[in-house]
Amino acid sequence: MTQLPDGRYVDDAPYDPQASIQQLERRDLDAPNWLLVWRKFKTHKLGLISGLFLLVCYLMLPFAGFIAPYGANERNSDHLYSPPQAVHWFHEGVFIGPFVYPTVAEADLETFQWIFVADETDPRPLEFFCEGARYKLAGLIESDTHLFCPPEGVTLFLWGSDRLGRDIFSRILYGAQLSLTVGLIGISVSFFLGILLGSIAGYFGGRIDWVINRVIEILRSLPELPLWLALSAAVPSNWTPVAVFFIISVILGILDWPGLARAVRAKFLSLREEEYVRAAEMMGAPSGRVIRKHLLPNFMSHLIASATLSIPAMILGETALSFLGLGLRAPAVSWGVMLNDAQNLASIEIYPWTAIPMLPIVVVVLAFNFLGDGLRDSLDPYQQ
Amino acid sequence: MALLRYSIYRFGTMILTLVVVSVLVFVIINLPPGDYLSNQIAELQASGQSAGVAKAEFLRKEYALDRPLYQQYLVWMGFIPGPQGFSGLIQGDLGWSFEFDRPVAEIVGDTVWLTVVVNLAAVVFVYIVALPLGVLAAARSRTWVDYTSAFIGYLGLATPNFLLALILYYYGRQYLNIPIGGLMDPIYEGMPLTWEKLKSVGVHLIVPTIVIGTAGASAMMQRLRANMLDELGKPYVETAVAKGMSPARMLTKYPLRVAFNPFVADIGNLLPSMVSGSVLVSVVMGLQTIGPTLLTALKTQDLFLSGFILMFVALLTLIGTMISDILLVLLDPRIRYEGRET
Repeated sequence: MTQLPDGRYVDDAPYDPQASIQQLERRDLDAPNWLLVWRKFKTHKLGLISGLFLLVCYLMLPFAGFIAPYGANERNSDHLYSPPQAVHWFHEGVFIGPFVYPTVAEADLETFQWIFVADETDPRPLEFFCEGARYKLAGLIESDTHLFCPPEGVTLFLWGSDRLGRDIFSRILYGAQLSLTVGLIGISVSFFLGILLGSIAGYFGGRIDWVINRVIEILRSLPELPLWLALSAAVPSNWTPVAVFFIISVILGILDWPGLARAVRAKFLSLREEEYVRAAEMMGAPSGRVIRKHLLPNFMSHLIASATLSIPAMILGETALSFLGLGLRAPAVSWGVMLNDAQNLASIEIYPWTAIPMLPIVVVVLAFNFLGDGLRDSLDPYQQ
Repeated sequence: MALLRYSIYRFGTMILTLVVVSVLVFVIINLPPGDYLSNQIAELQASGQSAGVAKAEFLRKEYALDRPLYQQYLVWMGFIPGPQGFSGLIQGDLGWSFEFDRPVAEIVGDTVWLTVVVNLAAVVFVYIVALPLGVLAAARSRTWVDYTSAFIGYLGLATPNFLLALILYYYGRQYLNIPIGGLMDPIYEGMPLTWEKLKSVGVHLIVPTIVIGTAGASAMMQRLRANMLDELGKPYVETAVAKGMSPARMLTKYPLRVAFNPFVADIGNLLPSMVSGSVLVSVVMGLQTIGPTLLTALKTQDLFLSGFILMFVALLTLIGTMISDILLVLLDPRIRYEGRET
């Protein structure tokens, strides 16, 4: 580095204009598309964090039974509406690891509520890798080992217990299994229908385009929730929870495809006239191949981003349906089913922790929104 | 003249859509296995009440429920004569509610108007909130104004409606003494419209309006902000600033007008979700709209009641969309011809 007489700084290294052009661009030009997208996505901090968070959430789903200290429908009739219990580390200033104080329910004869009094002289350390309620790991392997459990004769309600004395923390973990996958199944259905119908309409045009377009318009102009309600009211009440769950996700997907189909159709209309499509057609490629190999990959990433943005609507939809009692029903555990308990002001006022399932809903929905925004922004890596 | 022709064309398509929707609705409400009257008849026969059975049989005849499904539909709509001659939805006969044992028109009565009022209030709320906030966020982009409004917007999108309702009721009651639940004080129910009743409805409307409108307002705000940012980067804005125009006047005179088009068009997209939101919120908040009635009707398979409500909700959104389309043409003559093509 030398300083010129007029005060500017100049690098001493010899300058080769040719090299600097090549060096700068070569790396980016050769990189595959996904690498460019990833590089850009990395700069979108909020999207990145949300993506990681969601990844952790979904990876956790098969192990919900292992992480949860209690079973999904395990009742503790001595501790109805128990408030959240804190896990302490220090007892009278001495470190003894994570422990809880045993609580005893006492009736308050003035308000007729149970009051839970902690015995602060008796620290009970938590147990790890201990035996508890039986569950199935990933729905396949039966096991009864839990990551941590309450000590013998003591309860451990991290986020309180509900009106039947069930642990809300454990139920939120179990509920995530249904609430989070509803969106995935729904979006697969809507993705399939949207791409199929959208590409048919955009590629072939003409009368079939007109028909599909009208269907899209009609479905888009209808309020979703009443239709969801009506369709899920048609689900027979004697079906198993799993069947109900699947049909609900399919219903959510069936009413969601028009938005996607419209985007696909618009893209097809503009890409249909490109030279490479003509070339493929003239070489005798059947329409199915042209659509799959030449057209769809062009905007698949765009579709994935918009799909990410419509998953939250499905999660909220499931919650609303279950909340109103027309979605998943009692033995099944989902966040909406849990919120059924928190439906009125009185219970939120007296037992605020019954509304805790709201928290994961809000966080997950926000995370999906941020992730979708980040993906959308970084999908066109050549755009500056 | 062209505008009139477009309005008529738009009205025509709306009617056609409505007919398709009616088929859809009729199929959906007939999806659940069994029907109300058969269940009732079986139940009455089991308990040996023959008088009730006779009445149920009479009702079944009266509303052509003993005919094939497609004829039931045509009678329900009033396209072909039923046992009473032409008396379907288009003749203004809404049918009979088996669950409440009264005509549907009598049950929905007032609630229809309250539904319209609630949704109108929500639309007005969306405009009043989204317009200034969106413009402000764009004009002061990448400052705390922008970030705060974006944060509130995201929160509004992510919070389930019913949670927001409960929170607002709770704190509204504690600090502002806002009444909880319902759309008017119980004493005004069934009373003729007076100034006092209007005031009561107004106070009760505050929370529902905010709850129904928030998600829509945040979506609208983000859209408007993006549009405004696109416009603000254009050379004519720079020219106006360079010539010494005051920022506020410049904003409202040029970019806002261009960014305004999608703003009006968007209400067509927003309305369906807002009407659905109002159904859910009404159930939670105990509003006297058609939401709670719809829920009971669906749960008890009350055919005509749920059918009419679904039709009414669809009609509400279709009319809203039509009005927004026509407004759009009024605002921007360029759209008129494009709109007809696609």
